[in-house]
Amino acid sequence: MATDHELHLRDRLTRLRSLNLLGGSRLSGELEKLQRQLDRIQSAPTDEEIWRSVELARHQDRPYTLDYVERLLEDWVELHGDRGRADDAALVVGLGRFDGRTVALIGNQKGRDIKERTHRNFGMAYPEGYRKAMRVMELADRHGFPLISLVDIPGAYPGVAAEQHGQGGAIARSQALMARLDVPTIACVIGEGGSGGAIATALADRVLMQENAIYTVISPEGCAAILWRDAGEARKAAAAFKPDAVHSLELGVIDAIVPEPEGGAHTDPDEAAQLLGESLRETLDELESVPADELKRRRRAKFRSLGVYA
Amino acid sequence: MRARSRIASLADAGSFVEEAADLRSEYPLHFFDLRPYTERLAEAEMKTGLGEAMVIGQAAVEGTACALAVMDFSFMGGSMGSVVGEKFSRACDSAAERGVPLVSVTASGGARMQEGILSLMQLPKTVCAVEDLHDSGQALISVMTHPTTAGVLASFASLGDVIVAEPGALLAFTGPRVVQQTTREKLPENFGLAEQNLRFGHIDAIVPRPELKPHLARLLRLFSPDGN
Repeated sequence: MATDHELHLRDRLTRLRSLNLLGGSRLSGELEKLQRQLDRIQSAPTDEEIWRSVELARHQDRPYTLDYVERLLEDWVELHGDRGRADDAALVVGLGRFDGRTVALIGNQKGRDIKERTHRNFGMAYPEGYRKAMRVMELADRHGFPLISLVDIPGAYPGVAAEQHGQGGAIARSQALMARLDVPTIACVIGEGGSGGAIATALADRVLMQENAIYTVISPEGCAAILWRDAGEARKAAAAFKPDAVHSLELGVIDAIVPEPEGGAHTDPDEAAQLLGESLRETLDELESVPADELKRRRRAKFRSLGVYA
Repeated sequence: MRARSRIASLADAGSFVEEAADLRSEYPLHFFDLRPYTERLAEAEMKTGLGEAMVIGQAAVEGTACALAVMDFSFMGGSMGSVVGEKFSRACDSAAERGVPLVSVTASGGARMQEGILSLMQLPKTVCAVEDLHDSGQALISVMTHPTTAGVLASFASLGDVIVAEPGALLAFTGPRVVQQTTREKLPENFGLAEQNLRFGHIDAIVPRPELKPHLARLLRLFSPDGN
C-alpha cells in the first residue's frame, strides 16, 4: 500500500500535470527519482534561474546533436546535401539504430572550436539546411522510420544569400511537411530553441525540452534591443518572456521536460545522453502504438490548440 | 492599406460577412516592457477601430465565393499573436466547411513578441490549419503586401497554392536593417523586395493594386469546381 508520503507526492504530481514532467522516469515506485523531479519544479523559476538557463543552454561545453548521436545511436550513417544546391553543415541528418529500430535523425549542430564553429555557421541554418531536413523527413515517411529532431539553434541565418534562397518559405514548408508525416515524430530542444529556425524542425507529435534548454520567439538580446533599445537589457527581457522549460510546459508549448545531470548537461554528457535516451525510448514506445492517421490528427489538433484568447 | 479598405476593394459590394470579430488576446504571463501589453492592445484598438491585426469573413469576388483573412499593419505592426493565429485557423475551417478557397492578405512584422513563446507557436498552428484546409480539397491563395516578414512569411503566407505580391513590398524573413547589423554584408539593391522574390522564384506574380481583384477572381474561378 502507498505511504502517505507517496500519496502526497502523487497528489502533487497530478496537480502539476506532471506525468508530463517525468520524461525519463516512470511513475511506478521510483520515488527517489520522483522526489528529485519534484524538488526541481516545486516553484516557478526565479528571474535568476531563468537567466541561468539561458547561460547553460548556450554553454560552450554543452553537448550538441552529434554528441548525443554517438552515445545513443548504433550504425549511424550521416547523410549529406539537399539534392539541389548545398550541404548545410549547421544541420546534420542521418539514419541509425535506436533501441533496436531504424530511426531518421535531424539536428542543429554547433561547432566546438573557432574553425568548426565557422564551418557550422554557429549552428545557424540556411534554407538549404531545412531542405536537407525535409529530404530526410520524406525518406523516413517512405520507409516508416520514426523521426527524431534535436533542436539547438540561435536562429535561422539572417544573411543576404539566405534570404535570396528563400529562408521564410523553407521554414514554412518544413513545418508543413512535418504536419503531413505518417510516422511518429519527436522533437527535443537540447539547447537554444531559437524562433522560426527552431520551429521549422519542431512540429512533432511530442516536443520535449531539456531542463536547462530555452525556447524563444526572439533572443533575449533581440527582444531587449527592440523594446528597450538596449541589447544589454537581455536579462530583463528573459525575465519578461520566460523562455525556460517549466514555463514552456505550463503554457502547453512542450509535452515533457527531460532531466539533466545536476549542474547542467555539460557536467556529464554521458548521463545527459542516458536521460535523453530514456525519454526518447519511452515516448517512441508510446507513439508507435498509435495509428498513423490518428497520430497526424492529434499532432495538428495539439498545435492548433496553442494560444490564449477569449 | 488598411484591412477594411482592402476588403472593400476586393469583395463584391455587400458580400462580406465578418466572422470571429469578438476574439481578444488574453495573455497569461503579464508581459511588461515599457508598458503593460494590455495597455498596448487597448491603445491599438482605439487607434485602429479593430479588435486585432486580422479581419476574417466570408465574401464573394466577382461572384465567386471565398473566405478572406486580411491583416492590418496599423494594429501593433500586424504582429501575429494568439488571436491572429486563431482567426486565421478559423478562416481555414470556415473555407473548408463551405467548400470555398481562402484568400489571405498579409501585412506583418512577424510574431508578436509580447506573447512570448506562444506567439512562435502561431507559426505551427497556422501551418496545421493550412494542411487541414488542403486535406479538405480547398486552396489557399496568398497575397503578400508590404511588409510580409518573419513569422508570417515563415508560416501560412508562404504556403499559398498561388502566391502573389504587391509591387515594392518587402517580403523577407529577416529585414534589411537586421541583416546589415548582424552580418555587415553589403545589401544588394532592392534587397528583399517583391521584384527580387519573383526573380529568385519565391512568388508567382507581382500584381499592381488596380489589377488585384480581377487577378484573384480569375484564380478563384480556376479553383472552383464549376468555374464560377
